[in-house]
Amino acid sequence: MSFFFEVLIGGLLSGVMYSLVALGFVLIYKASGVFNFAQGTMVFFAALTFVGFTELGLSFWAALPATLAAMVVLGLVIERGVLRPLVNQPQISLFMATIGLAFLLEGLSQLLWGSEVRGLDIGIPDEPIAWISDRFGLNISRFDLSAALIAAVLVIALALFFSRTRIGRALRAVADDHQAALAVGIPLQQIWAIVWGVAGAVALVAGLLWGARNGVQYALTFVALKALPVLMLGGLESIPGAIVGGLIVGASEKLAEVYIGPYVGGGIEGWFPYVLALVVLLFRPEGLFGEKIIRRV
Amino acid sequence: MLYREAGQFKTSYLADSAIFPIRQDRIGIALILAIAFVGVPLVATPYFFSAILIPFLILSLAAIGLNILTGYAGQLSLGSAAFMAVGAFASFNFIARIPGIPMLVAFAAGGLVAAAVGIVFGLPSLRIRGFYLAVATLAAQFFIIWFLTKVPWVTNYNASGVITAQPIVILGYRFDSPPAKYLLVLSIVALMALAAKNMTRGNLGRKWMAIRDMDVAAEVIGIPQMRTKLLAFAVSSFYCGVAGALFAYAYLGTVEPEAYNLDLSFRILFMVIIGGVGTILGSFLGSAFIVLTPIVLNTTVTWLDAHTPVHIPASAGSNLEVVVFGVLIIAFLILEPHGLARLWSIGKEKLRLWPFPH
Amino acid sequence: MSEVAPVTATSRPSAPRASARTAGGVILAVDHISLAFGGVKALTDISFDVREHEIRAIIGPNGAGKSSMLNVINGVYRPQHGTITFRGVPRHDVNTHEAAAQGIARTFQNIALFKGMSVLDNIMTGRNLRMKATFVEQALWIGRARNEELANRHKVEEIIDFLEIQHIRRTPVGRLPYGLQKRVELARALAAEPVLLLLDEPMAGMNVEEKQDMCRFILDVNEQYGTTIVLIEHDMGVVMDISDRVVVLDYGKKIGDGVPADVRANQAVIDAYLGVAH
Repeated sequence: MSFFFEVLIGGLLSGVMYSLVALGFVLIYKASGVFNFAQGTMVFFAALTFVGFTELGLSFWAALPATLAAMVVLGLVIERGVLRPLVNQPQISLFMATIGLAFLLEGLSQLLWGSEVRGLDIGIPDEPIAWISDRFGLNISRFDLSAALIAAVLVIALALFFSRTRIGRALRAVADDHQAALAVGIPLQQIWAIVWGVAGAVALVAGLLWGARNGVQYALTFVALKALPVLMLGGLESIPGAIVGGLIVGASEKLAEVYIGPYVGGGIEGWFPYVLALVVLLFRPEGLFGEKIIRRV
Repeated sequence: MLYREAGQFKTSYLADSAIFPIRQDRIGIALILAIAFVGVPLVATPYFFSAILIPFLILSLAAIGLNILTGYAGQLSLGSAAFMAVGAFASFNFIARIPGIPMLVAFAAGGLVAAAVGIVFGLPSLRIRGFYLAVATLAAQFFIIWFLTKVPWVTNYNASGVITAQPIVILGYRFDSPPAKYLLVLSIVALMALAAKNMTRGNLGRKWMAIRDMDVAAEVIGIPQMRTKLLAFAVSSFYCGVAGALFAYAYLGTVEPEAYNLDLSFRILFMVIIGGVGTILGSFLGSAFIVLTPIVLNTTVTWLDAHTPVHIPASAGSNLEVVVFGVLIIAFLILEPHGLARLWSIGKEKLRLWPFPH
Repeated sequence: MSEVAPVTATSRPSAPRASARTAGGVILAVDHISLAFGGVKALTDISFDVREHEIRAIIGPNGAGKSSMLNVINGVYRPQHGTITFRGVPRHDVNTHEAAAQGIARTFQNIALFKGMSVLDNIMTGRNLRMKATFVEQALWIGRARNEELANRHKVEEIIDFLEIQHIRRTPVGRLPYGLQKRVELARALAAEPVLLLLDEPMAGMNVEEKQDMCRFILDVNEQYGTTIVLIEHDMGVVMDISDRVVVLDYGKKIGDGVPADVRANQAVIDAYLGVAH
């Protein structure tokens, strides 16, 4: 039984990290209606840039703001170079443009920093926490727990930012109706720049955590592929949805891999979240927390 | 002055609904076909056949498949390569398990299996829309490739996972030289492209586009949404399936799941975007563009390396390719959302006026 | 059932139209229809009938439930209670495409054309139910596929001539001005050769000239093809001029029903339009 809980908790903890990646999608979708397929590549770009800066001799605390600045600049460039020219185009065009963006960023980051796998140490060891092992007989990684806590703090901070601040309210107004938001004097492009900057920052945190866990390499972009079913489960425009969806995906994929995997040859982590999300969508086409779409003629 | 429709009057609706209503276009397409069937085999090198022409034609077919689903019926799919894989593996199994089955029948049957799988993965489209559906098609991509890798029956218990494709033999003739394979692929692709054009220019094409443009209004004028959408999934997957079988048998020479990864799905999507969403011609143009771009890039990099002081490390080549693809996609979406096919028709429009500016 | 005694279309005291057609038997009967969205009642116990060949108007203030009524008739919405009897066949609800197959066509308040297609293709879609070729025939462009395309093209060209839109045949509908789009939408509905035509504010947003054209087309359709028409319209002048009988809805309830002159004199209707404390 303790093995079950170990798997479950491990899954939930990595689920929080999925939530973090999913949150980047939700932020941009809420504010600009763009489904940013490049979010995963932004995570990779952030981690690689951070490692690149440290290799250039910067300390951890110097590389962090430098990368953050780079991510914000990247966000601004994307907003200006890709989104603004495509404003008023169908959402699907914008989506495809972000697929192009994903390719561009993937190639560009490796051209800049090289494509070999790099380690990243953020100073938290990946070892079982002693007092939990002693008391409950469960092996919980200190790294996983810390990462989940960092992610949770960020998620809560962003949720508050969205619901409590003036900019947050403006963001939601923009998401609801661009034209109307413009009409009441909300500076649309400023808002988008902020959102892309914040999404870049979220990508940085996710990139550091995932990079420290799995090594900084191209495979980091696959983390985004895990965030997509999280989004489908939770609903594209819901922050709580991203959190709950992440937890569900994290826990269920680990449990499925451990308990179902051996019977079917293993490796089901890759598609299990998708099929799970698909089944949920058949009953709730907007995800668990998405806004119900009323289609009118 | 050469390209004018002046003096060509259409006297029947039949002539008006022809695929090429203008005489010069008819002459043009006849010329292209003559060159493709007769001229090219006379001059092309084996490298040209195997590295450029054959993949170009096969991927055009896959792009037509995706264009039917995404361009005409409006259902975005990120899983085309998986349906190609289904076609390839199904063909392999038909050939391996049914002794004496004609190759072309096996390819067609492979396409039909892909169509059936396409219908299954198309079912969610009746409830799920837009981005949710696009992500749902990723489920097809991951699940199908996993299935083909993990279930030993589909690979005929082959240990390595990479199967050598059986040689293509039709009516006793072995298609093993590059020109022979090229001509076979060309014939299949030409016929299937014609069929696709026929479907899309008639009632079926209009029904698909109606569903794409406004599904509620389509229902109100009597277009059954379920059947029309599922037919689009089936036809699209059939095209992808046949393309997948040809990809394995006429191009790769092996049948392996890894060849049909997410990256290939994206490339096919790029062909559709760059070529032109909702045009058959665009599928060919887009495919040519995506097949040729890496080759041109690599040649340029090698040339620069040899003839100028610029040195680009070998690893940069593939990254450069990815960057170029990304930039092109964004550029096309911004500058010419209707793709190369629209540029082509603008060119024709200019040609009609030539040599006068207006 | 109705507040105003039903009067046959032929014996109107103040017939505004010169040519009085003979209205036939009841083609569509709406019986005790109630429709609610969640707790919001859109329609409450609505009953009225439509006779063959007549032009029946539904009027009422904004939010009265007029469009909802049309949506119930052709199956976009499913009512909680009541039945619709079309050509003698009673039903509780119906799929939209089944309603289309039974001969009900309609236009929408906010134009619902297929924006990516040409005018010709849009109108051709209106005839999709008459094209029976299988997709194999279509792929090979043989047999029915080709013949049906030509036969239906003839019919569509007739409608194009009728509505005087020859010059925009090849234009993508997205590029047309609003008034013409409305006309193309009417053409698409007519292409189905409907028995019953539902028009949702066919003249909304039009200038006087466009309105006159549209009135003429509606009357011509009614006279030449004998199509029964149910229309929603806000312009009272138009309604009083072209309709045979009028139903008045307010807050989802029927408050008047009869020939235009009677409806105009009906106190409940006047109150609804001028606003009286309820």
